[in-house]
Amino acid sequence: MNILVFVKRVPDTESRIRIQHETRTVAEDGLNFVLSPYDEYAVEEALRLKESKGAAVRVVSVGRDEAAAVLRKCLAMGADEAFLIKDDVPETYDGLRTARIIARAVERRFAGADLLLFGKQSVGADNGQVPAMVAELLGLPQATVVTKLDVGEGAATACREIEGGFEKVALTLPAVVTAQKGLNEPRYETLKGIMAAKKKEIPVVKLEDLGLGPDDLRSRVRVAGLDVPAARKAGRVLQGDPAETARELVRLLRDEAKVI
Amino acid sequence: MIAAYLETRDGKIKKSSLEALSEAVRRAGELGVAAAGVLAGGAVADQAPGAFAAGAARVYVIEDPGLAAYSSAGYAAALAAFAGKEKPLGLFFAATAMGKDLAPRVAARLGAAMASDCVKVEAKDGTLVFTRPIYAGKAFLSVTLDSSPLVATLRPNIFPVAEAAAAPGEVVRLAAAVPDAAAEGRVVEVVKEESGEIDVTEADVVVSGGRGLKGPEAFALLRDLAAVFPRAAVGASRSAVDSNWIGHQHQVGQTGKTVSPDLYIAAGISGAIQHLAGMSASKVIVAVNKDPDAPIFKVADYGVVGDLFEVLPKLTEELRKTLSD
Repeated sequence: MNILVFVKRVPDTESRIRIQHETRTVAEDGLNFVLSPYDEYAVEEALRLKESKGAAVRVVSVGRDEAAAVLRKCLAMGADEAFLIKDDVPETYDGLRTARIIARAVERRFAGADLLLFGKQSVGADNGQVPAMVAELLGLPQATVVTKLDVGEGAATACREIEGGFEKVALTLPAVVTAQKGLNEPRYETLKGIMAAKKKEIPVVKLEDLGLGPDDLRSRVRVAGLDVPAARKAGRVLQGDPAETARELVRLLRDEAKVI
Repeated sequence: MIAAYLETRDGKIKKSSLEALSEAVRRAGELGVAAAGVLAGGAVADQAPGAFAAGAARVYVIEDPGLAAYSSAGYAAALAAFAGKEKPLGLFFAATAMGKDLAPRVAARLGAAMASDCVKVEAKDGTLVFTRPIYAGKAFLSVTLDSSPLVATLRPNIFPVAEAAAAPGEVVRLAAAVPDAAAEGRVVEVVKEESGEIDVTEADVVVSGGRGLKGPEAFALLRDLAAVFPRAAVGASRSAVDSNWIGHQHQVGQTGKTVSPDLYIAAGISGAIQHLAGMSASKVIVAVNKDPDAPIFKVADYGVVGDLFEVLPKLTEELRKTLSD
Protein backbone atom coordinates (compact mmCIF):
# COMPACT_ATOMS: atom_id res chain seq x y z
CA MET A 1 0.00 0.00 0.00
CA ASN A 2 1.05 3.53 -0.78
CA ILE A 3 0.22 6.26 1.72
CA LEU A 4 0.66 10.00 1.35
CA VAL A 5 0.42 12.20 4.44
CA PHE A 6 0.15 15.99 4.11
CA VAL A 7 1.47 18.07 6.99
CA LYS A 8 1.86 21.72 7.95
CA ARG A 9 4.19 23.70 10.19
CA VAL A 10 2.24 25.84 12.67
CA PRO A 11 2.80 27.77 15.94
CA ASP A 12 2.26 25.51 18.95
CA THR A 13 -0.98 25.80 20.89
CA GLU A 14 0.64 27.59 23.84
CA SER A 15 1.54 30.50 21.56
CA ARG A 16 0.33 33.99 22.31
CA ILE A 17 -0.66 35.48 18.96
CA ARG A 18 0.39 39.05 18.11
CA ILE A 19 -0.58 40.98 15.00
CA GLN A 20 1.62 43.10 12.76
CA HIS A 21 -1.00 45.65 11.87
CA GLU A 22 0.76 47.32 8.94
CA THR A 23 1.00 44.01 7.05
CA ARG A 24 -2.12 42.40 8.57
CA THR A 25 -0.12 39.30 9.39
CA VAL A 26 0.60 37.26 12.49
CA ALA A 27 3.98 38.20 13.98
CA GLU A 28 6.24 35.15 13.75
CA ASP A 29 9.10 36.23 15.99
CA GLY A 30 9.10 34.46 19.32
CA LEU A 31 6.70 31.73 18.15
CA ASN A 32 7.60 28.08 18.57
CA PHE A 33 6.67 26.15 15.44
CA VAL A 34 5.60 22.50 15.48
CA LEU A 35 4.00 19.83 13.34
CA SER A 36 0.27 20.70 13.41
CA PRO A 37 -1.24 18.47 16.14
CA TYR A 38 -3.93 16.88 13.96
CA ASP A 39 -1.26 16.06 11.34
CA GLU A 40 0.53 14.03 14.01
CA TYR A 41 -2.48 11.72 14.22
CA ALA A 42 -2.42 11.36 10.42
CA VAL A 43 1.28 10.45 10.42
CA GLU A 44 0.76 7.99 13.28
CA GLU A 45 -2.13 6.29 11.48
CA ALA A 46 0.01 5.88 8.37
CA LEU A 47 2.82 4.34 10.42
CA ARG A 48 0.40 1.92 12.10
CA LEU A 49 -0.87 0.83 8.69
CA LYS A 50 2.72 0.40 7.57
CA GLU A 51 3.37 -1.84 10.57
CA SER A 52 0.17 -3.89 10.31
CA LYS A 53 -0.22 -4.22 6.56
CA GLY A 54 3.00 -3.06 5.00
CA ALA A 55 2.97 0.32 3.31
CA ALA A 56 5.27 2.97 1.94
CA VAL A 57 4.67 6.21 3.83
CA ARG A 58 5.55 9.47 2.10
CA VAL A 59 5.02 12.80 3.87
CA VAL A 60 4.56 16.06 2.00
CA SER A 61 4.40 19.67 3.14
CA VAL A 62 3.64 22.81 1.15
CA GLY A 63 5.56 25.77 2.50
CA ARG A 64 8.82 27.57 3.00
CA ASP A 65 12.19 25.95 3.69
CA GLU A 66 11.45 26.07 7.43
CA ALA A 67 8.79 23.37 6.93
CA ALA A 68 11.66 20.90 6.52
CA ALA A 69 11.88 20.75 10.32
CA VAL A 70 8.41 19.23 10.68
CA LEU A 71 9.10 16.87 7.77
CA ARG A 72 12.20 15.70 9.60
CA LYS A 73 10.09 14.98 12.67
CA CYS A 74 7.83 12.79 10.50
CA LEU A 75 10.89 10.94 9.19
CA ALA A 76 12.08 10.48 12.79
CA MET A 77 8.67 9.04 13.68
CA GLY A 78 9.17 6.47 10.92
CA ALA A 79 8.00 7.86 7.58
CA ASP A 80 9.96 6.48 4.62
CA GLU A 81 10.32 9.66 2.59
CA ALA A 82 9.52 13.34 2.94
CA PHE A 83 9.08 16.03 0.29
CA LEU A 84 8.83 19.80 0.48
CA ILE A 85 6.71 21.53 -2.13
CA LYS A 86 8.37 24.90 -1.94
CA ASP A 87 5.92 27.78 -1.70
CA ASP A 88 7.32 31.04 -0.38
CA VAL A 89 4.01 32.90 -0.38
CA PRO A 90 2.95 33.86 3.18
CA GLU A 91 -0.32 32.47 4.59
CA THR A 92 -3.11 33.28 2.13
CA TYR A 93 -5.97 31.60 4.05
CA ASP A 94 -7.09 30.35 0.61
CA GLY A 95 -7.62 26.62 0.97
CA LEU A 96 -8.38 26.20 -2.72
CA ARG A 97 -4.97 27.56 -3.68
CA THR A 98 -3.23 24.99 -1.45
CA ALA A 99 -5.59 22.24 -2.61
CA ARG A 100 -4.73 22.99 -6.26
CA ILE A 101 -1.03 22.68 -5.49
CA ILE A 102 -1.52 19.39 -3.64
CA ALA A 103 -3.89 17.89 -6.20
CA ARG A 104 -1.47 18.71 -9.02
CA ALA A 105 1.45 17.28 -7.05
CA VAL A 106 -0.50 14.05 -6.44
CA GLU A 107 -1.18 13.72 -10.17
CA ARG A 108 2.27 14.63 -11.42
CA ARG A 109 4.68 13.65 -8.71
CA PHE A 110 3.05 11.25 -6.23
CA ALA A 111 0.75 9.15 -8.42
CA GLY A 112 -0.38 5.72 -7.26
CA ALA A 113 -1.32 6.53 -3.65
CA ASP A 114 -4.03 4.36 -2.06
CA LEU A 115 -4.66 6.67 0.86
CA LEU A 116 -4.23 10.43 1.28
CA LEU A 117 -4.14 11.34 4.96
CA PHE A 118 -4.44 14.85 6.42
CA GLY A 119 -5.08 16.41 9.82
CA LYS A 120 -8.71 17.51 10.05
CA GLN A 121 -7.51 21.13 9.97
CA SER A 122 -4.31 23.01 10.55
CA VAL A 123 -4.03 24.52 13.99
CA GLY A 124 -3.82 28.19 13.16
CA ALA A 125 -5.61 29.06 9.94
CA ASP A 126 -8.29 26.63 11.19
CA ASN A 127 -9.73 26.46 7.67
CA GLY A 128 -10.39 22.74 7.41
CA GLN A 129 -10.85 23.18 3.67
CA VAL A 130 -7.87 21.63 1.93
CA PRO A 131 -8.52 17.86 2.28
CA ALA A 132 -12.11 17.93 0.96
CA MET A 133 -11.03 20.27 -1.83
CA VAL A 134 -8.21 17.90 -2.81
CA ALA A 135 -10.70 15.01 -2.79
CA GLU A 136 -13.01 16.95 -5.09
CA LEU A 137 -10.24 18.07 -7.46
CA LEU A 138 -9.00 14.47 -7.76
CA GLY A 139 -12.48 12.93 -7.84
CA LEU A 140 -11.83 10.80 -4.75
CA PRO A 141 -14.18 9.80 -1.94
CA GLN A 142 -13.53 11.33 1.47
CA ALA A 143 -14.12 10.83 5.15
CA THR A 144 -13.27 13.81 7.36
CA VAL A 145 -12.81 14.17 11.14
CA VAL A 146 -12.14 10.45 11.53
CA THR A 147 -11.61 8.78 14.91
CA LYS A 148 -11.39 5.18 13.68
CA LEU A 149 -10.12 3.80 10.40
CA ASP A 150 -10.22 0.19 9.20
CA VAL A 151 -8.40 -0.40 5.95
CA GLY A 152 -9.07 -3.55 3.94
CA GLU A 153 -8.34 -4.68 0.40
CA GLY A 154 -9.13 -1.70 -1.84
CA ALA A 155 -11.66 -0.39 0.66
CA ALA A 156 -11.87 1.20 4.09
CA THR A 157 -14.42 2.01 6.76
CA ALA A 158 -14.05 5.28 8.66
CA CYS A 159 -15.91 6.47 11.75
CA ARG A 160 -16.33 10.21 11.62
CA GLU A 161 -17.43 12.41 14.45
CA ILE A 162 -20.79 14.15 14.13
CA GLU A 163 -22.84 16.11 16.67
CA GLY A 164 -23.93 13.71 19.41
CA GLY A 165 -22.44 10.57 17.89
CA PHE A 166 -20.58 9.29 14.88
CA GLU A 167 -21.24 7.97 11.40
CA LYS A 168 -19.58 5.17 9.51
CA VAL A 169 -18.43 5.94 5.98
CA ALA A 170 -17.68 3.12 3.54
CA LEU A 171 -14.84 4.18 1.22
CA THR A 172 -13.27 2.63 -1.83
CA LEU A 173 -9.57 3.34 -2.21
CA PRO A 174 -7.92 5.59 -3.15
CA ALA A 175 -9.58 7.96 -0.71
CA VAL A 176 -8.95 11.09 1.35
CA VAL A 177 -9.18 10.70 5.14
CA THR A 178 -8.66 13.42 7.77
CA ALA A 179 -7.56 12.67 11.32
CA GLN A 180 -9.30 13.85 14.47
CA LYS A 181 -7.98 13.60 18.00
CA GLY A 182 -8.87 10.15 19.32
CA LEU A 183 -7.80 8.31 16.16
CA ASN A 184 -4.64 7.11 17.88
CA GLU A 185 -1.91 8.16 20.28
CA PRO A 186 1.05 9.53 18.30
CA ARG A 187 4.42 8.02 19.15
CA TYR A 188 7.49 9.94 20.21
CA GLU A 189 10.49 9.88 17.93
CA THR A 190 13.26 7.55 19.06
CA LEU A 191 16.86 8.72 19.26
CA LYS A 192 17.70 6.22 16.54
CA GLY A 193 14.88 7.62 14.40
CA ILE A 194 16.08 11.19 14.94
CA MET A 195 19.64 10.27 13.94
CA ALA A 196 18.45 8.41 10.84
CA ALA A 197 16.14 11.29 9.87
CA LYS A 198 19.06 13.74 10.00
CA LYS A 199 20.80 11.82 7.25
CA LYS A 200 17.80 11.64 4.94
CA GLU A 201 17.47 13.98 2.05
CA ILE A 202 14.23 15.95 1.71
CA PRO A 203 13.67 16.49 -2.01
CA VAL A 204 12.25 19.88 -2.95
CA VAL A 205 9.43 20.07 -5.50
CA LYS A 206 9.13 23.41 -7.29
CA LEU A 207 5.75 24.90 -8.12
CA GLU A 208 6.85 25.57 -11.69
CA ASP A 209 7.70 21.88 -12.10
CA LEU A 210 4.08 21.08 -11.30
CA GLY A 211 2.94 23.21 -14.24
CA LEU A 212 1.05 25.64 -12.03
CA GLY A 213 0.55 29.06 -13.57
CA PRO A 214 -0.09 32.47 -11.99
CA ASP A 215 -3.84 31.99 -12.18
CA ASP A 216 -3.66 28.70 -10.24
CA LEU A 217 -1.47 30.35 -7.63
CA ARG A 218 -3.38 33.60 -7.18
CA SER A 219 -5.11 33.86 -3.82
CA ARG A 220 -8.83 34.53 -4.02
CA VAL A 221 -8.98 35.46 -0.36
CA ARG A 222 -8.32 39.10 0.49
CA VAL A 223 -7.52 39.98 4.06
CA ALA A 224 -9.64 42.98 5.05
CA GLY A 225 -8.76 42.94 8.73
CA LEU A 226 -6.86 40.99 11.35
CA ASP A 227 -6.99 41.65 15.06
CA VAL A 228 -6.90 40.04 18.46
CA PRO A 229 -10.16 40.04 20.40
CA ALA A 230 -10.67 42.61 23.13
CA ALA A 231 -9.41 41.13 26.39
CA ARG A 232 -12.21 40.05 28.70
CA LYS A 233 -12.24 41.80 32.02
CA ALA A 234 -12.03 39.89 35.24
CA GLY A 235 -15.41 40.14 36.91
CA ARG A 236 -16.75 39.69 40.37
CA VAL A 237 -15.18 37.21 42.78
CA LEU A 238 -17.31 35.34 45.30
CA GLN A 239 -16.07 33.28 48.19
CA GLY A 240 -17.18 31.99 51.54
CA ASP A 241 -19.87 29.54 52.54
CA PRO A 242 -20.63 27.29 49.53
CA ALA A 243 -24.42 27.44 49.95
CA GLU A 244 -24.45 31.23 50.24
CA THR A 245 -21.99 31.64 47.39
CA ALA A 246 -24.14 29.43 45.16
CA ARG A 247 -27.26 31.41 46.04
CA GLU A 248 -25.54 34.73 45.30
CA LEU A 249 -24.12 33.41 42.01
CA VAL A 250 -27.55 32.25 40.83
CA ARG A 251 -29.03 35.63 41.75
CA LEU A 252 -26.30 37.41 39.74
CA LEU A 253 -26.76 35.11 36.74
CA ARG A 254 -30.48 35.81 36.78
CA ASP A 255 -30.69 39.50 37.71
CA GLU A 256 -27.39 40.95 36.49
CA ALA A 257 -26.12 38.75 33.64
CA LYS A 258 -29.67 37.71 32.70
CA VAL A 259 -28.54 34.37 31.25
CA ILE A 260 -30.96 32.19 33.18
CA MET B 1 -29.61 35.53 -4.26
CA ILE B 2 -27.99 34.32 -1.08
CA ALA B 3 -28.75 30.67 -0.44
CA ALA B 4 -28.26 28.51 2.62
CA TYR B 5 -27.97 24.75 2.51
CA LEU B 6 -30.44 23.24 4.97
CA GLU B 7 -29.09 20.16 6.67
CA THR B 8 -31.71 17.73 7.94
CA ARG B 9 -31.19 15.27 10.75
CA ASP B 10 -33.95 13.03 12.11
CA GLY B 11 -36.44 14.53 9.67
CA LYS B 12 -35.90 18.13 10.79
CA ILE B 13 -33.87 21.09 9.57
CA LYS B 14 -31.00 21.61 12.00
CA LYS B 15 -31.18 24.74 14.12
CA SER B 16 -27.70 25.77 12.96
CA SER B 17 -28.91 25.60 9.34
CA LEU B 18 -31.84 27.87 10.23
CA GLU B 19 -29.29 30.24 11.77
CA ALA B 20 -27.31 30.25 8.50
CA LEU B 21 -30.50 30.79 6.50
CA SER B 22 -31.57 33.64 8.79
CA GLU B 23 -28.21 35.34 8.27
CA ALA B 24 -28.63 34.85 4.50
CA VAL B 25 -32.05 36.51 4.76
CA ARG B 26 -30.65 39.51 6.69
CA ARG B 27 -27.64 40.11 4.44
CA ALA B 28 -29.64 39.49 1.27
CA GLY B 29 -32.07 42.16 2.46
CA GLU B 30 -29.21 44.66 2.76
CA LEU B 31 -27.87 43.82 -0.68
CA GLY B 32 -31.34 43.90 -2.23
CA VAL B 33 -31.30 40.29 -3.38
CA ALA B 34 -33.48 37.29 -2.54
CA ALA B 35 -32.75 34.66 0.08
CA ALA B 36 -33.35 30.97 -0.46
CA GLY B 37 -32.95 27.66 1.26
CA VAL B 38 -31.68 24.50 -0.41
CA LEU B 39 -32.85 21.07 0.69
CA ALA B 40 -31.20 17.91 -0.60
CA GLY B 41 -31.91 14.28 0.23
CA GLY B 42 -34.00 11.25 -0.54
CA ALA B 43 -37.31 12.88 0.45
CA VAL B 44 -37.02 16.34 1.99
CA ALA B 45 -39.69 18.53 0.32
CA ASP B 46 -41.90 18.41 3.42
CA GLN B 47 -39.22 20.41 5.26
CA ALA B 48 -39.79 23.56 3.16
CA PRO B 49 -42.20 25.26 5.63
CA GLY B 50 -39.43 25.41 8.24
CA ALA B 51 -37.34 27.47 5.82
CA PHE B 52 -40.20 29.82 4.98
CA ALA B 53 -40.70 30.42 8.70
CA ALA B 54 -37.11 31.70 8.86
CA GLY B 55 -37.77 34.12 6.00
CA ALA B 56 -36.70 32.28 2.83
CA ALA B 57 -38.53 33.59 -0.23
CA ARG B 58 -37.85 30.37 -2.07
CA VAL B 59 -36.80 26.83 -1.25
CA TYR B 60 -34.97 24.67 -3.77
CA VAL B 61 -35.59 20.96 -3.35
CA ILE B 62 -33.21 18.39 -4.79
CA GLU B 63 -34.55 14.88 -4.26
CA ASP B 64 -32.80 11.81 -5.56
CA PRO B 65 -32.59 8.22 -4.29
CA GLY B 66 -28.80 8.61 -4.51
CA LEU B 67 -29.03 11.30 -1.81
CA ALA B 68 -30.95 9.18 0.70
CA ALA B 69 -27.69 8.50 2.55
CA TYR B 70 -25.09 11.24 2.88
CA SER B 71 -22.01 11.19 0.70
CA SER B 72 -19.68 14.14 0.29
CA ALA B 73 -19.36 13.61 -3.46
CA GLY B 74 -23.09 13.10 -4.06
CA TYR B 75 -24.22 16.08 -2.02
CA ALA B 76 -21.45 18.24 -3.51
CA ALA B 77 -22.73 17.36 -6.98
CA ALA B 78 -26.28 18.31 -5.97
CA LEU B 79 -25.28 21.65 -4.41
CA ALA B 80 -22.96 22.49 -7.29
CA ALA B 81 -25.77 21.73 -9.76
CA PHE B 82 -27.97 24.19 -7.88
CA ALA B 83 -25.25 26.87 -7.83
CA GLY B 84 -24.40 26.34 -11.49
CA LYS B 85 -28.02 26.85 -12.51
CA GLU B 86 -29.15 29.59 -10.12
CA LYS B 87 -25.83 31.50 -9.79
CA PRO B 88 -26.31 32.66 -6.19
CA LEU B 89 -24.20 35.56 -4.93
CA GLY B 90 -23.60 33.70 -1.67
CA LEU B 91 -23.86 30.09 -0.56
CA PHE B 92 -23.91 29.48 3.19
CA PHE B 93 -23.58 26.29 5.19
CA ALA B 94 -23.75 25.75 8.94
CA ALA B 95 -20.28 24.87 10.24
CA THR B 96 -21.51 21.49 11.48
CA ALA B 97 -19.87 18.11 10.94
CA MET B 98 -21.73 17.83 7.64
CA GLY B 99 -21.31 21.47 6.60
CA LYS B 100 -17.56 21.40 7.20
CA ASP B 101 -17.30 18.18 5.17
CA LEU B 102 -19.48 19.39 2.32
CA ALA B 103 -18.83 23.13 1.82
CA PRO B 104 -15.17 22.90 0.75
CA ARG B 105 -16.04 20.12 -1.66
CA VAL B 106 -18.79 22.26 -3.21
CA ALA B 107 -16.47 25.28 -3.34
CA ALA B 108 -13.73 23.32 -5.09
CA ARG B 109 -16.26 21.97 -7.58
CA LEU B 110 -17.29 25.54 -8.35
CA GLY B 111 -13.71 26.84 -8.39
CA ALA B 112 -14.53 29.17 -5.51
CA ALA B 113 -12.56 30.19 -2.44
CA MET B 114 -14.41 30.03 0.85
CA ALA B 115 -14.46 31.37 4.41
CA SER B 116 -14.72 28.80 7.22
CA ASP B 117 -16.53 29.00 10.53
CA CYS B 118 -17.59 32.64 10.28
CA VAL B 119 -18.90 34.51 13.31
CA LYS B 120 -19.85 37.72 11.49
CA VAL B 121 -21.06 38.51 7.97
CA GLU B 122 -21.39 42.08 6.71
CA ALA B 123 -22.79 43.42 3.45
CA LYS B 124 -20.43 46.04 2.05
CA ASP B 125 -19.92 47.51 -1.42
CA GLY B 126 -22.14 44.90 -3.02
CA THR B 127 -20.23 41.97 -1.56
CA LEU B 128 -19.90 40.19 1.78
CA VAL B 129 -17.15 40.56 4.36
CA PHE B 130 -16.65 37.45 6.48
CA THR B 131 -15.06 37.53 9.93
CA ARG B 132 -13.78 34.32 11.44
CA PRO B 133 -11.60 33.20 14.32
CA ILE B 134 -8.12 31.88 13.61
CA TYR B 135 -5.87 30.15 16.15
CA ALA B 136 -9.14 28.96 17.75
CA GLY B 137 -10.11 32.53 18.61
CA LYS B 138 -6.75 34.03 19.60
CA ALA B 139 -7.22 36.33 16.57
CA PHE B 140 -10.02 37.30 14.22
CA LEU B 141 -9.59 37.56 10.47
CA SER B 142 -11.88 39.46 8.11
CA VAL B 143 -11.80 38.48 4.45
CA THR B 144 -13.49 39.15 1.16
CA LEU B 145 -13.58 36.49 -1.53
CA ASP B 146 -12.53 37.19 -5.09
CA SER B 147 -14.52 34.34 -6.65
CA SER B 148 -18.12 33.32 -7.12
CA PRO B 149 -20.28 32.25 -5.39
CA LEU B 150 -19.23 33.53 -1.96
CA VAL B 151 -19.07 30.23 -0.08
CA ALA B 152 -18.98 30.29 3.71
CA THR B 153 -19.66 28.09 6.70
CA LEU B 154 -21.26 29.86 9.66
CA ARG B 155 -20.49 28.84 13.20
CA PRO B 156 -23.47 27.42 15.12
CA ASN B 157 -24.90 29.30 18.11
CA ILE B 158 -23.78 32.76 16.87
CA PHE B 159 -26.43 33.97 14.46
CA PRO B 160 -30.03 34.38 15.67
CA VAL B 161 -32.85 32.51 13.97
CA ALA B 162 -35.21 34.95 12.25
CA GLU B 163 -38.89 34.55 12.81
CA ALA B 164 -40.68 35.76 9.73
CA ALA B 165 -44.43 35.95 9.21
CA ALA B 166 -44.22 32.41 7.83
CA ALA B 167 -45.66 33.45 4.49
CA PRO B 168 -45.27 30.37 2.33
CA GLY B 169 -42.90 31.03 -0.55
CA GLU B 170 -42.11 29.20 -3.71
CA VAL B 171 -40.84 25.62 -3.86
CA VAL B 172 -38.57 24.98 -6.85
CA ARG B 173 -37.63 21.42 -7.66
CA LEU B 174 -34.24 20.77 -9.24
CA ALA B 175 -32.81 17.57 -10.62
CA ALA B 176 -29.21 16.65 -9.97
CA ALA B 177 -27.11 13.97 -11.54
CA VAL B 178 -25.64 12.18 -8.53
CA PRO B 179 -22.39 10.64 -9.75
CA ASP B 180 -21.60 6.94 -9.36
CA ALA B 181 -18.50 8.04 -7.49
CA ALA B 182 -20.76 9.10 -4.64
CA ALA B 183 -21.27 5.44 -3.84
CA GLU B 184 -17.55 5.18 -3.10
CA GLY B 185 -17.78 7.28 0.04
CA ARG B 186 -21.19 6.93 1.58
CA VAL B 187 -22.48 6.97 5.13
CA VAL B 188 -23.59 3.43 5.92
CA GLU B 189 -24.52 3.84 9.56
CA VAL B 190 -25.23 6.64 12.03
CA VAL B 191 -24.56 5.85 15.68
CA LYS B 192 -25.83 8.18 18.39
CA GLU B 193 -24.16 8.59 21.72
CA GLU B 194 -26.30 6.68 24.20
CA SER B 195 -26.64 9.58 26.59
CA GLY B 196 -28.41 11.59 23.90
CA GLU B 197 -26.27 14.56 24.93
CA ILE B 198 -26.04 17.52 22.61
CA ASP B 199 -22.69 18.66 21.28
CA VAL B 200 -20.74 21.35 23.17
CA THR B 201 -20.79 23.51 20.02
CA GLU B 202 -24.58 23.49 19.92
CA ALA B 203 -25.35 23.89 23.61
CA ASP B 204 -26.68 27.06 25.24
CA VAL B 205 -24.85 26.17 28.44
CA VAL B 206 -21.52 24.32 28.69
CA VAL B 207 -20.32 22.95 32.03
CA SER B 208 -16.64 22.02 31.75
CA GLY B 209 -14.26 20.26 34.08
CA GLY B 210 -10.50 20.10 34.31
CA ARG B 211 -7.70 18.67 36.35
CA GLY B 212 -9.31 19.95 39.56
CA LEU B 213 -11.95 17.22 39.20
CA LYS B 214 -9.21 14.77 40.26
CA GLY B 215 -10.74 11.87 38.33
CA PRO B 216 -13.49 10.73 35.95
CA GLU B 217 -16.04 10.22 38.75
CA ALA B 218 -16.45 13.94 39.42
CA PHE B 219 -17.85 14.49 35.94
CA ALA B 220 -21.10 13.19 37.48
CA LEU B 221 -21.29 16.51 39.35
CA LEU B 222 -21.01 18.36 36.03
CA ARG B 223 -23.65 16.15 34.41
CA ASP B 224 -26.03 16.85 37.31
CA LEU B 225 -25.45 20.56 36.89
CA ALA B 226 -25.88 20.41 33.10
CA ALA B 227 -29.12 18.44 33.52
CA VAL B 228 -30.71 21.49 35.14
CA PHE B 229 -30.66 23.37 31.81
CA PRO B 230 -32.69 22.48 28.72
CA ARG B 231 -29.80 22.64 26.21
CA ALA B 232 -26.58 22.03 28.10
CA ALA B 233 -23.52 19.92 27.42
CA VAL B 234 -20.52 18.75 29.42
CA GLY B 235 -17.11 19.99 28.29
CA ALA B 236 -13.58 19.29 29.44
CA SER B 237 -10.07 20.70 29.41
CA ARG B 238 -7.30 19.03 27.45
CA SER B 239 -5.68 17.61 30.58
CA ALA B 240 -8.96 15.93 31.62
CA VAL B 241 -9.28 14.41 28.14
CA ASP B 242 -5.63 13.37 27.96
CA SER B 243 -6.05 11.65 31.35
CA ASN B 244 -8.90 9.63 29.74
CA TRP B 245 -11.46 10.94 32.22
CA ILE B 246 -13.87 11.80 29.38
CA GLY B 247 -14.01 11.41 25.58
CA HIS B 248 -12.12 13.85 23.36
CA GLN B 249 -15.38 15.00 21.71
CA HIS B 250 -15.97 16.95 24.93
CA GLN B 251 -12.66 18.84 24.76
CA VAL B 252 -12.87 22.63 24.59
CA GLY B 253 -9.80 24.52 23.41
CA GLN B 254 -7.33 24.73 20.59
CA THR B 255 -7.09 21.01 19.84
CA GLY B 256 -10.72 20.54 20.77
CA LYS B 257 -13.81 22.57 20.07
CA THR B 258 -14.37 26.29 20.13
CA VAL B 259 -17.61 27.13 21.86
CA SER B 260 -19.68 30.27 22.37
CA PRO B 261 -22.60 29.34 24.63
CA ASP B 262 -24.69 31.85 26.60
CA LEU B 263 -23.16 30.48 29.79
CA TYR B 264 -19.84 28.68 30.25
CA ILE B 265 -19.11 27.19 33.65
CA ALA B 266 -15.46 26.14 34.16
CA ALA B 267 -14.92 23.93 37.19
CA GLY B 268 -11.41 23.00 38.28
CA ILE B 269 -9.91 24.44 35.09
CA SER B 270 -6.85 26.62 35.59
CA GLY B 271 -7.17 28.37 32.23
CA ALA B 272 -4.29 27.43 29.91
CA ILE B 273 -4.03 29.76 26.92
CA GLN B 274 -5.15 27.02 24.51
CA HIS B 275 -8.30 26.45 26.63
CA LEU B 276 -9.09 30.15 26.94
CA ALA B 277 -8.91 30.43 23.13
CA GLY B 278 -11.71 27.90 22.81
CA MET B 279 -14.18 29.47 25.24
CA SER B 280 -13.48 33.20 25.50
CA ALA B 281 -16.29 33.99 23.05
CA SER B 282 -18.86 32.67 25.55
CA LYS B 283 -21.35 35.33 26.56
CA VAL B 284 -21.01 34.82 30.31
CA ILE B 285 -18.21 32.86 31.99
CA VAL B 286 -18.34 31.42 35.49
CA ALA B 287 -15.21 29.88 37.00
CA VAL B 288 -15.05 27.71 40.10
CA ASN B 289 -11.51 27.08 41.32
CA LYS B 290 -9.85 26.83 44.68
CA ASP B 291 -6.74 28.68 43.48
CA PRO B 292 -7.51 32.43 43.59
CA ASP B 293 -4.57 33.06 41.21
CA ALA B 294 -5.79 30.68 38.48
CA PRO B 295 -5.66 32.44 35.07
CA ILE B 296 -9.28 31.42 34.40
CA PHE B 297 -10.39 34.17 36.83
CA LYS B 298 -8.92 36.80 34.47
CA VAL B 299 -11.61 36.00 31.89
CA ALA B 300 -14.47 35.01 34.20
CA ASP B 301 -17.42 37.34 34.71
CA TYR B 302 -18.14 35.55 37.97
CA GLY B 303 -15.42 33.73 39.82
CA VAL B 304 -16.07 31.47 42.77
CA VAL B 305 -12.97 30.78 44.86
CA GLY B 306 -13.79 27.53 46.57
CA ASP B 307 -13.86 23.77 46.52
CA LEU B 308 -15.82 22.61 43.47
CA PHE B 309 -16.87 19.44 45.30
CA GLU B 310 -18.75 21.66 47.76
CA VAL B 311 -19.82 24.46 45.43
CA LEU B 312 -21.18 22.52 42.45
CA PRO B 313 -23.84 20.49 44.32
CA LYS B 314 -25.08 23.70 46.00
CA LEU B 315 -25.09 25.49 42.67
CA THR B 316 -27.07 22.67 41.08
CA GLU B 317 -29.58 22.82 43.93
CA GLU B 318 -29.98 26.61 43.72
CA LEU B 319 -30.32 26.59 39.94
CA ARG B 320 -32.92 23.84 40.07
CA LYS B 321 -34.96 25.87 42.53
CA THR B 322 -34.67 29.08 40.52
CA LEU B 323 -35.37 27.51 37.14
CA SER B 324 -38.39 25.59 38.36
CA ASP B 325 -40.00 28.81 39.69
